Amino acid sequence: MLYFTRWKAAAIVLTALVVCLFAVPNFLPDKFVQSWPKWAQLHVVLGLDLQGGSHILLEVDSNDVLKQRMDALRDDVRRVLRDARVGYTGLTSRGNTVEVRIREGSSFDTALTKLRELSQPLGGILGGNGQRSLDITDAGGGLIRLTVPDVAVTDRIRSAVEQTLPIIEKRINQLGLVEPTIQRQGTDRILVQVPGLGDPQRLLDIIGKTAKLEFRMVDVTIPLEQALQGRAPPDDDILYSASQPKTPYLVEKRVLVSGDELTDAQPGFDQRTSEPIVSFRFNTSGARKFAQTTQENVGKPFAIVLDNEVISAPVIREPILGGSGQISGSFTVQSANDLAILLRAGALPAKLTPIEQRVVGAGLGQDSIDKGKLASYVGAAMVIVFMIATYGLFGVFANIAVAINVAMIFGVLSLLGATLTLPGIAGIVLTVGIAVDSNVLIYERIREEVRGGRTPINAIDAGFSRALATILDSNITTFIAAAVLFYIGTGPVRGFAVTLGIGIITTVFTAFTLTRLIVATWVRWRRPQHVPI
Amino acid sequence: MRLLRIVPDDTKFDFMRFRRISFPISALMSILAITLYFYHGLNFGIDFKGGTLIEVQSKSGPADLAKMRASLATLGLGEVQLQQFGGPTDVLIRVAEQPGGDAAQQVAVTKVRGVLGTDVDYRRVEVVGPRVSGELLSYGVIGLGLAILCILVYLWFRFEWQFALGAMIANVHDIVLTIGFMSVTQVDFDLTSIAALLTILGYSLNDTVVIYDRIREMLRRYKKMPMPDLLNASVNQTLSRSVITHVTVSLALLALLLFGGQAIHSFTATMMFGVVLVGTYTSVFIASPILIYLGVGTGRDAMTKAAK
Repeated sequence: MLYFTRWKAAAIVLTALVVCLFAVPNFLPDKFVQSWPKWAQLHVVLGLDLQGGSHILLEVDSNDVLKQRMDALRDDVRRVLRDARVGYTGLTSRGNTVEVRIREGSSFDTALTKLRELSQPLGGILGGNGQRSLDITDAGGGLIRLTVPDVAVTDRIRSAVEQTLPIIEKRINQLGLVEPTIQRQGTDRILVQVPGLGDPQRLLDIIGKTAKLEFRMVDVTIPLEQALQGRAPPDDDILYSASQPKTPYLVEKRVLVSGDELTDAQPGFDQRTSEPIVSFRFNTSGARKFAQTTQENVGKPFAIVLDNEVISAPVIREPILGGSGQISGSFTVQSANDLAILLRAGALPAKLTPIEQRVVGAGLGQDSIDKGKLASYVGAAMVIVFMIATYGLFGVFANIAVAINVAMIFGVLSLLGATLTLPGIAGIVLTVGIAVDSNVLIYERIREEVRGGRTPINAIDAGFSRALATILDSNITTFIAAAVLFYIGTGPVRGFAVTLGIGIITTVFTAFTLTRLIVATWVRWRRPQHVPI
Repeated sequence: MRLLRIVPDDTKFDFMRFRRISFPISALMSILAITLYFYHGLNFGIDFKGGTLIEVQSKSGPADLAKMRASLATLGLGEVQLQQFGGPTDVLIRVAEQPGGDAAQQVAVTKVRGVLGTDVDYRRVEVVGPRVSGELLSYGVIGLGLAILCILVYLWFRFEWQFALGAMIANVHDIVLTIGFMSVTQVDFDLTSIAALLTILGYSLNDTVVIYDRIREMLRRYKKMPMPDLLNASVNQTLSRSVITHVTVSLALLALLLFGGQAIHSFTATMMFGVVLVGTYTSVFIASPILIYLGVGTGRDAMTKAAK
């Protein structure tokens, strides 16, 4: 156990050295490191709990997705039957099913065939698995039932998440926040992590808003009071104003132009009132539609609706032909700016709900780093003193091995670009305990072997070979715990598992190689007559 | 220089005889812990219960808890707890989960911010919705179970099944007692507590495996030694190592406990209890003597008798 070939010793020292060197960038100022090649710049990433930042888990509202799908399906059915000139009664929609009753038996088959064309294979042309987006059945008595299967809904949710990711990224980038992490989680969730931030509430508002902008006519054909009493025409909605007090408006369901047809939106100030406004420009088709509608409806009010709230309802004074306009509606400078960002990035395909949010201020993060450092230094100092008091020279060996061990943990963390969290620091401190233990196991075993009457070199040799088996066994069990923790854990807990797991690997490595090499070198050099422990 | 010897060489404590005391004590403590869990309960943090946690720091001198409490009570958010956290300027506010699903939790945060305004610095805001908290709890419990199972399988391969079973009983004992501790002290039970429990598990096993390794070695070497003597010898031989290791781990934990700050305080306190008190006790007084009852070494006797 104490004999190393020259190349083996060199390989061990080299490995340890290289891994330790990767830890170096963490302890140098950024400016210094920037001129280095990319691979040498790798460093430990501080977790949000240490550097401050927002962690937001959002969920796509599956009810909203389903509702949109069902609304669209009902419109499709209506359109198909109208185009095929099939008369129908009672078009109803409940849950994930739309039912329609065909009036005349003779046109039933035509209707069924035409409606079947609405059903498409899922997963596109490639990768389809035979499932279709609609189940269409003859329910008897002239009734056709169209059901959206769960797979199709899941498919919709998945694609809604996919469409949402770039929109959120655009919004966050426009807020000027750097290095956001935006990931999908599971089928219907999105994790957004943004380090260092000014105003977490604003971030949440910006991410979570659907931002569906619509231009719709205000219905003035019947009095508002009458509609409020429950006699709103089927083609109208009652919507309320976004600003306080909530004023009701009777707005047509038909959307004249929607936010997808905007090419640009910018915050600005009204030239006359100097109130903050958002000015926008339509694309060609949007501009044409807007021009046509405004021409036809001079003197009537229309409503600018954002997420089903009326921002403003101005009266059309003259046709707007240039394809640009402005929205005013008791904005502050910031809210005008935010709305412009939202309109530029586009609307989310479905509603998003924040289901978990963790925000740490930069001040708390810095405190945690300072405390973690202090605790680590104090802990290390106490352990070093205790080890030297207990094992003397061998205690010094152990301390060297443990110090290299910690440096290697930082090296590996840097190589992996792993995230260091506060529990992660705790994990490193605990690794120090485990690393010390491996030395204790070896030394205690050597003591025993000496007591058993072996010569010093023999005792050291036997001590190592017997203790190492135990070290391996005991560390594997702890490693299993760390692995499970990594697997199930999220955020900070995972950070703990990472440092603990890496720490165990470096501990086993140092115990098997470095500690042995140090002791072996000492034995060769001093040829000891007795073991000083 | 004379070196420190905490444990003298060649100790001969009769640990196995102590099992007649340690087993009933452990059984009693376990029952007590389980009773506590059911009647006193754990102080579930927002990770598992859902709700909102806000840590604020007063910008102007010590925080006026009474005033803050009074103004927050007007919001109608149900149960709102305030607690001094670390220094006199720091306050931890907990708002119980709001009825009305995930979106309602956000409203609560906005309301609290509205009341406290800009007199305070918001150091930490955490909101966990009802569904996430349920998932986190089940993940935690599954993780704990999975870890025990994996370790059990490993030990079964590495040793004999009796050892694996003995280690598992010791393990469950550790976890139960630690949960009892958490119930008594009412420390926050959150995701980090699960991390603490798993680490305690790993450490305690680490310790148990070291002693088991020695027992296995002794079993191979001394074919005729009676089991209690053999176990006693094994525990005594590894006693010095156990004590030294635990002193060093305690030193490291003590540093974390004293200087690591409030954020990991409950974590380290739990670890201190689990690793230092329970873990050590378990490996020596439970994990080892239980092997007698599980029939380790009996086959060996029969074999040596048959050989005669």
